[in-house]
Amino acid sequence: MNPLWTLLPPLAVIPFIIFFGEKRKNLRELSIVIAGIVLLLLNNNIYTSLMNGVSSRSGEIDMMAGLTLALSAEPIGNLFALLASFLWIITTIYSIGYMRGHHEKNQTRFYACFAIAIAAVMAAAYADNLLTLFVAYEVITLSTYPLVTHAGTEAARRGGKIYLITLMSTSIALFMPAIIWTWVVTGTTTFTVGGILSPDSLSPLAMGVLLSLFVLGIAKAAIMPFHRWLPAAMVAPTPVSSLLHAVAVVKTGVFALLKIATYTFGIDTLATVGATDWLLGLAAFTVLSSSLVAFSKTNLKARLAYSTISQLSYIIAAALLASSVAITGGAMHIVMHGFAKITLFFCAGAIMVAAHKTEITELDGLGRTMPLTMVAFTIGALGIIGLPPASGVWSKLLIAQGTLQNGQVWLIAVLMLSTLLNIGYLLEIPLRAFFRPVRPQGSSDGHHDDHVGEPVDIAGTPSFKSAGWHEAPAPSLWAMMMTASVVILLFFYPAPLVELLDLVAWR
Amino acid sequence: MTFSEQLPALQIVIPLLGAPLCVLLRHARGAWLVTLVCNIACTLVALALVAATRDGEIIRYALGGWAAPTGIEYYIDIVNATVLLVVSFISSVVCLYAWNGAEKEVPLDRHYLFYTGWLLCVTGLLGIVITGDAFNAFVFLEISSLATYLLISLGRERNALTAAFRYLVMGSIGASFILIGVGFLYAATGTLNMVDLSERIPQAESTRTVLIAFTFLAIGLMIKAAIFPLHAWLANAYHYAPVTVTALLSGTATKVSLYLLLRFFFNIFGTEYSFGQMLLNYILLPGAIVGFVVMSAVAIFQTDLRRMLAYSSVAQIGYIVAAICLVTPLGISAGIVHIINHAMIKAALFMATGCIIYRLGHAHIQSLGGVAKSMPVTTAAFIVAGLSLIGVPLTAGFVSKFNLIAAMLEKGWWIAAALILMSSLMATIYIGRVVEIMIFRKPRLATPESSGTREAPLMMLLPLWGLIAISIFFGVFGSETLSIAASGAERLLDGRLIEAVTATAAQAGSMEVSQ
Repeated sequence: MNPLWTLLPPLAVIPFIIFFGEKRKNLRELSIVIAGIVLLLLNNNIYTSLMNGVSSRSGEIDMMAGLTLALSAEPIGNLFALLASFLWIITTIYSIGYMRGHHEKNQTRFYACFAIAIAAVMAAAYADNLLTLFVAYEVITLSTYPLVTHAGTEAARRGGKIYLITLMSTSIALFMPAIIWTWVVTGTTTFTVGGILSPDSLSPLAMGVLLSLFVLGIAKAAIMPFHRWLPAAMVAPTPVSSLLHAVAVVKTGVFALLKIATYTFGIDTLATVGATDWLLGLAAFTVLSSSLVAFSKTNLKARLAYSTISQLSYIIAAALLASSVAITGGAMHIVMHGFAKITLFFCAGAIMVAAHKTEITELDGLGRTMPLTMVAFTIGALGIIGLPPASGVWSKLLIAQGTLQNGQVWLIAVLMLSTLLNIGYLLEIPLRAFFRPVRPQGSSDGHHDDHVGEPVDIAGTPSFKSAGWHEAPAPSLWAMMMTASVVILLFFYPAPLVELLDLVAWR
Repeated sequence: MTFSEQLPALQIVIPLLGAPLCVLLRHARGAWLVTLVCNIACTLVALALVAATRDGEIIRYALGGWAAPTGIEYYIDIVNATVLLVVSFISSVVCLYAWNGAEKEVPLDRHYLFYTGWLLCVTGLLGIVITGDAFNAFVFLEISSLATYLLISLGRERNALTAAFRYLVMGSIGASFILIGVGFLYAATGTLNMVDLSERIPQAESTRTVLIAFTFLAIGLMIKAAIFPLHAWLANAYHYAPVTVTALLSGTATKVSLYLLLRFFFNIFGTEYSFGQMLLNYILLPGAIVGFVVMSAVAIFQTDLRRMLAYSSVAQIGYIVAAICLVTPLGISAGIVHIINHAMIKAALFMATGCIIYRLGHAHIQSLGGVAKSMPVTTAAFIVAGLSLIGVPLTAGFVSKFNLIAAMLEKGWWIAAALILMSSLMATIYIGRVVEIMIFRKPRLATPESSGTREAPLMMLLPLWGLIAISIFFGVFGSETLSIAASGAERLLDGRLIEAVTATAAQAGSMEVSQ
């Protein structure tokens, strides 16, 4: 099937979103869910044809003499598209609960920009060449900017500024010249099995510079020092943070790197590039230092953001290791981390809507009022850490295996250390929620009714009020249960992913 | 002798006859209609000429039936046919826009003079491009300069007069230099016809006369094209002229001078003489590079939107000149593509600015708060055109910038490529700054103009968005402009204006087509 069709559902739904608008919001959101289901089916169709050995291409637009805009289906891209389209449905359902529960304004604009971003993600996933990928990359940046600044407050404006400036300037100043350079050297930008650059097409130094331009220029992968935009983007409503800034946008970055490693450099050429060493060092530094920063953050979303930065650098490292095992692991990690991290963000949003809490120190005892949320959070955290029975273990295993193949033993130590840090900063939250007593009312924020004269809760004994469940709205709850169960499901049943990635032709 | 053979003459005759008609009519709206019809007719003629020269054909038209050495000859190939189309098309779009655009800025009783000036200006610009006679080019240059002087001085602010005067002085100096250069060429070769010049200069190129002619022409053209550091007249002129005029000039005037520069140095003097012996690229390149870096930086600190865009124009001219200095097919075609694309982008930006001025009465950047709310369509247009200026994919600016950098990298000019990227980042800043104020800053209710502002009139928005739609089209289907530019670059690098000695006397009043 022509992958161009996948752009249709998210684009075609936009007129419906605008038409139904605020007045008929149930219809508006229903239309998005339907579009999401259609999109998922289309991607599934591409999956089936890939499994049957049928490749598919779209037509092409001749943008510049010889440089075309074109889409083609390929296993890693299909995997990414499946992930994004599935989570789009779930996130829309989650948004129904969140956006209404949080009384957000301009929801129509929100959903419309969201749909554009999803269409651009599909274009990135099926991009046939670097130019198409770059176009999609820039459209994602621009279409998510109104989402980041959605609240319209001073903080949102400042966050949006950092977001836009970092992503735009790196892509114009580093990513674009890297593409042009590749084009000038090889005369093509098409993603080709085995890569288009050969070890002798550039001097070793120039090759290293080119690779560095790609790795640093794709700032959506959030390697340090270009990571600041991700915490800044956390001013966005939680559904945006969860789908776009834990999955779609950031994963477009690392996905682009995986594609470039596999199909532009080719793993054999990449293995000869000396610059991988310093870039691996930079990725390892990002993994560790952002984990440490995550420790220091007491705001829940900020901590999750730094955790994402750290996990993204796993995938960057996987791409740079230049082995088929590591890149397979990296592609799997896109999915595994995607499901786990979106669960965590859903939980953070649910806590914000139901309990009006954003700080980790306020979460003591929350497991009693929001047990389902906190169970989902625990599962998500296990997924990130990579502990059975959560799915993260498989991708981490593959990346570790790739590290050994490449002989970079020190990187294993970094990965293990980072896992320990993950345990520390992620499991703290459910531990607080389930085992710490509820803080006395006075020290928490003022959202709870503070009835003077009532007996103050004695520490450790659950009060009558907090004994009752007070969960987020049902759609949100349902969404996070769904993603949490996928985290567990993929532990027991990762076969479809593995089979799909087995189709990747490396040479 | 068929109608289609007379197209080259019509290109000039139509606006030239339209101008006195406007004066005779003495009616504001009538003059507008005449101007619009003339411009659209010119666009159609230019379109036909592009179609005729598309496959590398050359049209030589002897004006009034006087064959080349005696009379004036019009010489058209794909390079100047393209520029003719750009000039007449931009002029048509801006003219459509002027229905509302000029009504507040120019007193209604002077409109007929305004449109007379407009048509004369267009006549001059088209004439410079179409002519195959060096002296005739100077004459048309003077026509367009005088008409531009009139148009700029119609600006509302008192500074418009000073700006117009400065423009006149600088323009006259530039034109005098060109005249002296052409004079020396005549002394050295005994001809003014461009084809003959290109054939005779090689025999005389070691003489000091040709050397002096070259120098005078180079400086004169640098002034007219506003190449850094000879750009000083541009900022004031663009700032204080009626914004409709600025939109017209930004898309046409400097582009025409750049065309003349290309024609003189690639075809008449020849690539080998200009760049191999005279090292013109070493003279132009430092100015171009310093120009686009410094002028982009200067644009960031402007307080008036028009002035900011004016400095940005100088920077963009720097890109074009830098691309030409590469003297490679890829470089020159990148330059020509940017001449086309920048004409559209900058005209669109000035038109959007004009919409804002129409409603707010000013264009102070700091006071643009709330514009996004009261004028969303204009703001959206400004954003899209701004993205194109920055060079975001799917816009025309991206095609330009991509090819520009590719040409630089192909020649191995790393530093120049890096500086272009730096200048693009500065463009991100100056455009982003304006957009941010438009969207996020609260309107200042203190001034009566800014409260209760509405969207600009439809007759301003339609041409504006039409231009933007076309620039998006050329951003997605960039191969269209690129292939024209590539064949143009081939013609320019080819050196000689015609193959061997096919320049037999053209038949009276007809044109001769030679392959």
